[in-house]
Amino acid sequence: MVLKRKVAFVDLTKEKAVVEEIPVELRKMHLGGRGLNWYYLYNNIPPDADPLGEENILAVGSGLLSGFPALGAGRAQISAKSPITGGVGDSNMGGAFAPQLKYAGFDHIIVKGRAKRPVYILVKDGEIEIRGAEHLWGMDTHETQKAIREEIEDDRAESMVIGRAGENRVVFANVMNGIKNSGGRSGLGAVMGSKNLKAIAASGSIDVEVHDPENLLRYALEVDERARSTKWAKTLGRLGTPLLYDVSYTTGFIGTMNWQYNTPGEDGSPLEAENLEKFGVKMVACIGCSVHCRHRVKIREGKNAGLTTEGPEYAAAGAFGTGVGIYDWEFVIKGNAECNRWGVDIISMGTTVAWAFELFQRGYITEKDTFGLKLEWGNEEAVLELARMIVEREGIGNILAEGFRKAAEHFGEETLYYANQTKNHPNLLTDERGIPSFALGIATSTRGADHLRSRPGIDLFQLPEDVLESIYGHKIVSDFTAYETKGIMVWWHELLYNIVDSLGICKFQTVFNSANSPKFEDYIPLIKYATGIELTKQQLMEIGERNYTIERLFNVMNGFSRKDDYPPERYFREETKRGLPFMKGRKLDRERYERMLDEYYRQHGWDENGVPKEETLTRLGIERPRMNFPEIERAVDVRKR
Amino acid sequence: MSEKILAVFPELCTGCRDCEIVCSLRHLGVINPERSRIRVLRDVFEGFELPLVCLQCEDAPCMNSCRVEAFFVDERNAKIIDYEKCIACRRCIIACPFGVNFLDPVTKKPLKCDLCEGDPECVKFCSTGAVRYMTAEEYNREKVKLSSEKYIEAIKQEER
Repeated sequence: MVLKRKVAFVDLTKEKAVVEEIPVELRKMHLGGRGLNWYYLYNNIPPDADPLGEENILAVGSGLLSGFPALGAGRAQISAKSPITGGVGDSNMGGAFAPQLKYAGFDHIIVKGRAKRPVYILVKDGEIEIRGAEHLWGMDTHETQKAIREEIEDDRAESMVIGRAGENRVVFANVMNGIKNSGGRSGLGAVMGSKNLKAIAASGSIDVEVHDPENLLRYALEVDERARSTKWAKTLGRLGTPLLYDVSYTTGFIGTMNWQYNTPGEDGSPLEAENLEKFGVKMVACIGCSVHCRHRVKIREGKNAGLTTEGPEYAAAGAFGTGVGIYDWEFVIKGNAECNRWGVDIISMGTTVAWAFELFQRGYITEKDTFGLKLEWGNEEAVLELARMIVEREGIGNILAEGFRKAAEHFGEETLYYANQTKNHPNLLTDERGIPSFALGIATSTRGADHLRSRPGIDLFQLPEDVLESIYGHKIVSDFTAYETKGIMVWWHELLYNIVDSLGICKFQTVFNSANSPKFEDYIPLIKYATGIELTKQQLMEIGERNYTIERLFNVMNGFSRKDDYPPERYFREETKRGLPFMKGRKLDRERYERMLDEYYRQHGWDENGVPKEETLTRLGIERPRMNFPEIERAVDVRKR
Repeated sequence: MSEKILAVFPELCTGCRDCEIVCSLRHLGVINPERSRIRVLRDVFEGFELPLVCLQCEDAPCMNSCRVEAFFVDERNAKIIDYEKCIACRRCIIACPFGVNFLDPVTKKPLKCDLCEGDPECVKFCSTGAVRYMTAEEYNREKVKLSSEKYIEAIKQEER
């Protein structure tokens, strides 16, 4: 067995750490990455913990296969109790951090307590060091990473860092690596900020041992070639995620002017994916990825001439585009670049700003509140300035930086109706009203409204039912406007995406937007050749179920139940006004939604209130939380600087 | 001369480091880019990716500098280090004018591309053709073609 990888438990208050080998038994139960992060957090975060308090715990994990040459397996997972939702806070990050963490000798870093001064953690060749970060405090995310490399004289070091937003504890602050890789969702940058933790830097040259190198190389090439030869991956490698924009705006499922509309129609044509190409320099990739879906872009002329950056993604075309009534790639690039430097989640920022704009339109916010800023649709300057005010917590920005619920205490309870969220978590600029499976996905996601926990992208293709049955192992209704059987579909994708996040594989290389991409059974040989752990498809799915149910339990312990599993109320009340005939005039049907939710709970073995049943916990081997964070008394002093 | 070499096209490199990963896997059975015989110089903040690998020089300074005859040339004209004979003096690392002989942090011996017995692992995994296995003549022709395309593009821009 080659699995000798380590977890470090770091107590920032005491500046001590314990290093342990991760038992193989835990791997078989949870794999790594997201699954193992939540094993540690579920057991050790007390239910009444303040997300921005000392007792919250931050887990950083490398996927079981992160660093292996297949399927974009270079991904890291960052998790803690979320300051936005008060429940599961969890985000998956691409880039280069996770492999470096492995070469530094660690798979997981679990951080508790709060440092007395700004610090960063350096893990290098098996050693842990806590270093002062006073001189880094105030720097943006890019400057911080460069400064760390310079300071430790190591240009291959990779860091995950926070920017101004995290320092200021903006509840949707993110964690960044490189130019644009982010642990974007759930506000984990604010958690780091609350711990006075500016960065975790990793570097090293420790071997990652492999069970069967020869077969791994053979199989990795085979499965990787399959994944990248799908039409989806090929187009993604050329246009990036903006390719999704073309279908969503022509069909009519992209939130426009804060979801008052479901597409900008013709006005939105400047944001078509091909129009981004004139800014393109080349396509670049995360470590271990052959799809290379990200643009390096350069603005060559005009007032932003000279700006070179990476991105933007489809989500940014919503956040700094349709959501606020702006249809200009140059502006999207600019807004995207600013958010990445500030270290703030572009999706949450866009959805929050769009909400403020609608409140301005309806008179809940006036120029008096904004220091004269006119929050009018299409006003580029107002969008960027409001975003900056949120990051710096100036004026009305200080209110919006607290998230929808707290802000609504200020603007009036009724303004929550216009906030596109579930569990207080801002949604991506997609309009799910006409697509019940997507709506169920954002509503039941353990981290609150989000597309990457379960979205069955292929539902839109209306595949033949025999094809669907061969994928899902159940009869699934082909019609994407249907509610029946979609609970099972969402359940299947929840398990799949959990496995993918626990392995460190990219979601763009699994069944998400392409039915031909790899799925459960295709990971089994990878796991075997990489680690020696042999699993059946059923066992692998059960790990996904176990991991997902643990997250659900964490939310239940923190007061969540069925009442929190509904999409925005607006989706039930207002019909879509635009789009193709099958997307126009659509809203969610309450009764059919309830039945879909029931079906989803049944599939999981949860009761009608969404609480996992005893028999389900027994079947999955989930025990009560144990508080098994190692005794810090037997910890070693870390090196301090 | 028709032996193949590793030909590098930096403009096509995405920085995924698959080449480094699979090189260490193939030669050492572990994943460790710091022990790879091909390296990608990458700085996302400056915006460049540059694969670095041995060019298999005809008159190879590394081989010429070796005092213990640890180098041999195989039938593919690859200059290969015999690690049984190598005494880890690192002269060949110093001698290489391109800095593409690397130091193995574990064995302290040089790491130099051996062309994987004519089936380079890095080439198989490179999805964009940034690293290719071709003759020097083919490489030269391809480079001339690419630079003339750039030249023609520049002329067109000028005319516009």
